[in-house]
Amino acid sequence: MSNELALTESTYYILLSLYEPQHGYGIMQKTEQLSGGRVRLAAGTLYGALNSMTEKGWIRLLPGEDGSRRKEYCLTEQGLFVLRNELDRLKELVYNGETVMGGKENG
Amino acid sequence: MAERKTIRKWFWVWDFEKEERWLNEMAMQGWILAEVGFCRYVFEKGEPGSYIIRLQMRSPDAEYLGFMEELGAEYVGRVFQWIYFRRSAEQGPFEIFSDTKSMLDHLNWIGRMLLAIGMANLLIGVVNCFNYSPVGAINILCATLLMYALGRIHGKAEQLERQQELYE
Repeated sequence: MSNELALTESTYYILLSLYEPQHGYGIMQKTEQLSGGRVRLAAGTLYGALNSMTEKGWIRLLPGEDGSRRKEYCLTEQGLFVLRNELDRLKELVYNGETVMGGKENG
Repeated sequence: MAERKTIRKWFWVWDFEKEERWLNEMAMQGWILAEVGFCRYVFEKGEPGSYIIRLQMRSPDAEYLGFMEELGAEYVGRVFQWIYFRRSAEQGPFEIFSDTKSMLDHLNWIGRMLLAIGMANLLIGVVNCFNYSPVGAINILCATLLMYALGRIHGKAEQLERQQELYE
């Protein structure tokens, strides 16, 4: 199922963080680290996003380890597909921006 | 045990951001929210600025509270559907919502609650009025107030929606 719509920044970073399995706190840390501290996922926002993405089948819950209450999530095939599509879309945005504006940023 | 104090205070539902600000000002002064009740706040003495307080309207299911706990947020308590959380400031900034969509979802949730309680009051009020019960007027008054609250929440949501036209 392809999705023609653009992902939100939170969705994109959550999927990207889940390139390797992570628990909630790990997703927050990974996102913050990847974006150089710019994107901070808030707890409630992350919870809602994880639930919708699980429903959509983009991510799934890993079977829990004994003695650990922390839930670990990982990307599904479909999630990886969505992420790849988004990356292509973002590349297009950057390519067009650079082509039109000469690829130079005016300081 | 740490020194405690109780403050009785009232906030309108559309002033929940003001309430949150006040709770954080108290925390900055070293009074950390420890318990909540109806129009009642219990604080315990602590290091000024050591905690960040956030509140949210939501059903307080165990799964959500567990997730919040995983992220270091302590559940302080709840009043009706308002949940109060606190997190140590050492863990960095603490927010419940970080994008417009989830903020809008929250406002819409509050709106739906107000609408449900408001409609119930209106219905009971009308029935009571037909039965010449004096309580009817109180129900109608409650319904009016709840509809006003709904309008205020709706206004906040509209402001966010306008922003969303250009920004994520």
